[in-house]
Amino acid sequence: MRSTVELQSMTSQVRRDIVRMVHAVNSGHPGGSLGCADYLTALFFRYMKHQASPFDIQGKGQDVFFLSNGHISPVFYSVLARSGYFPVSELASFRKINTRLQGHPTTHEGLEGVRIASGSLGQGLSVATGTALQKKLDKDSSTVWVLTGDGELQEGQIWEAVMFAAHNKVDNMIVAIDFNKQQIDGSTQDVMGLTEWTSKFEAFGWAVLEMDGNDWSSMETVIPQAQALLGQGKPIAIVMKTEMGQGVDYMMGTHAWHGKAPNDEQLAKALAQLPESSDGDY
Amino acid sequence: MKHYEILGNKDTRSGFGAGLLEAGQSNENVVALCADLTGSLMMNAFQDAFPTRFFQAGIAEANMMGVAAGLALGGKVPFTGTFANFSTGRVYDQIRQSIAYSHKNVKIAASHAGLTLGEDGATHQILEDIGLMKMLPGMTVINPCDYNQTKAATKAIAEMAGPVYLRFGRPKWPVFISEDTPFIIGKALMLNEGTDVSIFATGHMVWKAIEAGHILAAKGISAEIINIHTIKPLDEEAVLASARKTGCVVSCEEHQRHGGLGDSIAQLLARTEPKPMEFVAVNDSFGESGKPEELLVKYHLDTPDIVEAALKAIARKG
Repeated sequence: MRSTVELQSMTSQVRRDIVRMVHAVNSGHPGGSLGCADYLTALFFRYMKHQASPFDIQGKGQDVFFLSNGHISPVFYSVLARSGYFPVSELASFRKINTRLQGHPTTHEGLEGVRIASGSLGQGLSVATGTALQKKLDKDSSTVWVLTGDGELQEGQIWEAVMFAAHNKVDNMIVAIDFNKQQIDGSTQDVMGLTEWTSKFEAFGWAVLEMDGNDWSSMETVIPQAQALLGQGKPIAIVMKTEMGQGVDYMMGTHAWHGKAPNDEQLAKALAQLPESSDGDY
Repeated sequence: MKHYEILGNKDTRSGFGAGLLEAGQSNENVVALCADLTGSLMMNAFQDAFPTRFFQAGIAEANMMGVAAGLALGGKVPFTGTFANFSTGRVYDQIRQSIAYSHKNVKIAASHAGLTLGEDGATHQILEDIGLMKMLPGMTVINPCDYNQTKAATKAIAEMAGPVYLRFGRPKWPVFISEDTPFIIGKALMLNEGTDVSIFATGHMVWKAIEAGHILAAKGISAEIINIHTIKPLDEEAVLASARKTGCVVSCEEHQRHGGLGDSIAQLLARTEPKPMEFVAVNDSFGESGKPEELLVKYHLDTPDIVEAALKAIARKG
């Protein structure tokens, strides 16, 4: 198992990938991607039991991950490539014509690691719940992991899925809510001020934990706690506080970098704050 | 004109229920979901036989479509069940992204389609669903004509890979397709060979087309009647061969003229060999409450409307 220091170094590399990918095509979503880099690195390099190659889209006998907030595709692609699903060099094709790394993740071009299209928000939790039920039917004891945005919880379908998962005791699924309190038009509090997620999910019958998704000691405590709650009759949510733009000082504390790319100068400034890992840039 | 004996009077949704049960018996991966309309969709037999493979979704169709996609992703063959309106318009984006674009093996079973839903009125009488579904890349669209064909279609789609929209209805309707008629997805079914006009019909309108064929025969007109149960992919070869032979075409469907079967046929003919064509379909309006037969008369989807359309098409041959 890689040490925490090694994983933190990998996370820094993932953040480099994110800003370089977005900069190269002058489009994409760096803010949420940077905020979730620690969590996805932790999942793919430590907590999930999964096999990158050969890729089995059905995910039989292994943990599967669903990115419901598909716009943070840069972090998803980087972590997939860095964990061996497809060549790291392919990150350079992000959002370019004929790429498998579409603006939002899709199965359409056969990119290894992606099991469902996402981008139109609110759908991933339902899909993940279906796969969790399939695993139960097939007596497959592995775990379904899901990441949703917090703004995404404004979608009605999320609450349909929240009710359905609790009613059906979908206790083989861990859903992290990226509680970065930002969305395109401003803070979630200003756009739709209903953000007491812990009490809401508990009221719907879920087991809920809180975590700082940019603090490795918090993740190393809470993720195993979430895993310990598996199989106890309740779906599990982690309300995961993150900072949009984490790791790049001028992108933090604002929603401005939700869907905006850095220019050349800004890229250089970002990369100066993000040490390259031993694996190196793509 | 070939005579078709009425073998019974049954609703197509019961054909779906019977087909689903048999599909479930022959394939353990078949699972079903229903959004609080289990009785209406005739899914009780499946639910009773396979309680662990049946999921009550509640009145939450968007989630049902996503859950179905997730079940399919792991190798299951999910059938979703609700009214056609809630199977399409209400959940279009979920079907588009999580099922069609993601190419998930979900079977969308849609009952109570069209005007023949009857008394519930226009909120529930969707007449746009064929158009919505056939526009989605990779979606197969099927609208069977009677109980036996619906049952056979249900079993057939369980065995094919890929998303399918299966549309059927509420009322009891004449059963005339024999039980042993094979259902071949994408293959038009010749019901009566003729020489003067080609009548392409789908769903409940197929029986009306047969009735129209008898009236036309009495007038000395030989109508070719073809059942297009699979609207997409369209059996282009069969449509073209018939249109070429008779020289004029009539389409019949319980759907809007815009976006329906007629549109698909007209587009094919326009691209290849244009022919005079008439459309028996709802002409850019919503439905309303009433008895199914009353509604078909009022909205010009009845047997005399097909006869009239055929005569008009023949006259336009020039």
